[in-house]
Amino acid sequence: MRLLVRLRPFAFIAVLLVIWQVAVKRHPAQLLPGPLGVVRGIGDLLLHGLLLKYVVASLFRVTWGFLLAAVIAIPLGLTIGWYRRSEMALSPLVQIFRPISPLAWIPIAILWFGVGDLAAIFLIFVGCFFPLMLTAMSAVHNIPAVYVNVGRNFGLSAANLVYRVLYPAVVPQLIIGSRITLGIAWLVVVAAEMIAVNSGLGFLIIDARNAGNRYDLVIAGMIIIGTIGLLLDLGMRSLERVKSFRWGYSED
Amino acid sequence: MNALTQPGRWEKFFWPLLAAALLLSLWHYSVIWTATQVFPSPLSVEKGLAELLRKHVLWSDIGDSLRRVAIGFGTAAALGIPLGLMLGWYPAANQVLNPLLQILRPISPIAWIPIAIVLFGVGDHAAVFLVFLGAFFPIVVACVSGVSNVPSIFRRAGRNFGLSTAQILARVVFPAALPQILIGLRIALGISWLVVVAAEMIAVDSGLGYLVIDSRNSGKRYDLVVAAMLLIGLIGLALDVGFRRLEKIRSVRWGFGHES
Amino acid sequence: MSAEAGMSLPVRDVKLRMERVGMAFERDGKSVSVLEDINLDVSDGEFICLVGPSGCGKSTLLNLMGGFLAPTQGSVTIDNQVIRGPDPRRILVFQERGVFPWLTVEGNIGFGLAKLSRAERRERIDHYVQMVRLQGFEHTFPSDLSGGMQQRLQVARALAVNPDILYLDEPFGALDSITRLIMRGELLRIWQSEHRTIIFVTHDVDEAVQLADRVVVLSARPAKIQDVLTIGIPHPRNISSALYLEHRDDLLKRIGLAYTA
Repeated sequence: MRLLVRLRPFAFIAVLLVIWQVAVKRHPAQLLPGPLGVVRGIGDLLLHGLLLKYVVASLFRVTWGFLLAAVIAIPLGLTIGWYRRSEMALSPLVQIFRPISPLAWIPIAILWFGVGDLAAIFLIFVGCFFPLMLTAMSAVHNIPAVYVNVGRNFGLSAANLVYRVLYPAVVPQLIIGSRITLGIAWLVVVAAEMIAVNSGLGFLIIDARNAGNRYDLVIAGMIIIGTIGLLLDLGMRSLERVKSFRWGYSED
Repeated sequence: MNALTQPGRWEKFFWPLLAAALLLSLWHYSVIWTATQVFPSPLSVEKGLAELLRKHVLWSDIGDSLRRVAIGFGTAAALGIPLGLMLGWYPAANQVLNPLLQILRPISPIAWIPIAIVLFGVGDHAAVFLVFLGAFFPIVVACVSGVSNVPSIFRRAGRNFGLSTAQILARVVFPAALPQILIGLRIALGISWLVVVAAEMIAVDSGLGYLVIDSRNSGKRYDLVVAAMLLIGLIGLALDVGFRRLEKIRSVRWGFGHES
Repeated sequence: MSAEAGMSLPVRDVKLRMERVGMAFERDGKSVSVLEDINLDVSDGEFICLVGPSGCGKSTLLNLMGGFLAPTQGSVTIDNQVIRGPDPRRILVFQERGVFPWLTVEGNIGFGLAKLSRAERRERIDHYVQMVRLQGFEHTFPSDLSGGMQQRLQVARALAVNPDILYLDEPFGALDSITRLIMRGELLRIWQSEHRTIIFVTHDVDEAVQLADRVVVLSARPAKIQDVLTIGIPHPRNISSALYLEHRDDLLKRIGLAYTA
């Protein structure tokens, strides 16, 4: 009985797939493929070795863009969040830059870096920078004053206060923020690859359409994008669950 | 938290203005020092902005972008909120639908562009569809989460007072979940703004996103590019601030303890 | 049972002295006076309770004594030196959420012991784990401990650095009444074996009469010292004895809450 319940969602998806396949069979003239066509498309990609190549390219850019942004934005955000005046100064500017879609930076990215990997990494960097900085600033605000007071009470130097109280206290929130930002990075890389580079999953989608209306490859690419995005998210969530990080949540 | 003294009220304006002034001068001087031919200085951006305003192109572009956001976001909310409430209320339904949502959600709306073009052709409808996709999932997720976070004691109190399920949903669950739903809507609005700009860069011929791409493509007018970027940022900010105002209306405020 | 001005206790050295201490906060441009003209001498090894209505400024007073705030008037001296800030020689135990959730019981207790050798630290930690009866939980995280256990952990962490003074800010306020009774006994037991100066804020009259050598009664805001009661009963105190009840009634009367039959 339990097993049946757990299989329900998959049954639901299976039903949708059947409906999709039937709908496509009934309209053979139009362009979109059915699920079987998509599966064949995935097989095609695997066969030509393209799948792995593109996935690696996309992941490579995401990793670099995200890490660069994290290394700069997080310490910066922690510092700004700590000193009230610096926050008063910089927060309005951040609020103006944040809603600018990373894609709007494309012309500038191409101007500075030309078409290629660096431009894509730059776009991901921009897309990750502000969310990470805001997460760090917010994390600092949310440190209960108690912890800081205890640290001062025990005579901790400023450096020790940062290392032994501030850092452990903000890590849980930083991880949650990183998970969300990683999701954003994944969205940005796909879009960036459609415009600014010549490889990767985003490029696959645009190219498959442009060079021959291979919509089976388009949808195959979409599904792979969704799956990898999901895996990244699940991976980060399991990081959140690691015991020594859990201490941030079990409190409430 | 660590101010030496309490900052005065005047400082709320002083520091950001100082930072902005510093940034602008840094920008201005780096343009001069690097003797760049292409990258605009603050002044040329300002002139570009004035030019756009004069040509009246700007207003129709802004209007187009906002219109697409309004329709896409509105539809996503109209469909997503009821769906999210249902899923939150009936965990069984959620269990069935959730995996599908989880797979679809990480697919960037941009990746849907070819499909959107097949279904709707190049133009407005495709952009609206993409905005809808971008906003739909966050709204549903926020509603589900909002409903499931309503303490069960509220539901029991509703039953205790003899309310039917529909009444409980409308009079107890919805107001209780409203703060979280509003946060989800605000985030979805931000995403909508990002998506519409991106969609306009690829799939349509008008709007602020298109302005950004077009200014570069037809004449390397980087001053207009940057001007358009700044406008995008300001409008996005205005949308966000406006929505936060909405959240502050009294009857909803109880849910926001220490929202920043 | 008589109210004294607090300065005529003989014998032991004065550990902490507050002279004409006042505290005012800026709120919306106006100056709000929270404490006025506080004069208090606390002797070494004494157990003092601060009692008063909610919001009267007891915690502010404690923070002043701990050096977390600087008084706007008057001075706070410990061992004849004006205090300049928080110091590990006087540790404050908070009502809630005082323990670090990312450290185990051992980690928390050892928090202030970084300067000791490994062997010494080990010894100290074991000693205080025993003292607060948390054996077996050394590697447990605070999120898996009950409220009472977390407070015991906080006390252990505080004691481990051998402070001269221990401040406790309504430490048992978030616990249920049975646990509270048990914790009071534990605290007394610890105090009697270690003999540190303890300054304890509470709004619970029974707690004050059960624990304190002297009870300082604060008035409503702006708070002044209204009374100082000496509880002359030796420990262990029988909470049903006539003498205890007399002290309790006296305290209630002074706070303004006693019912006369």
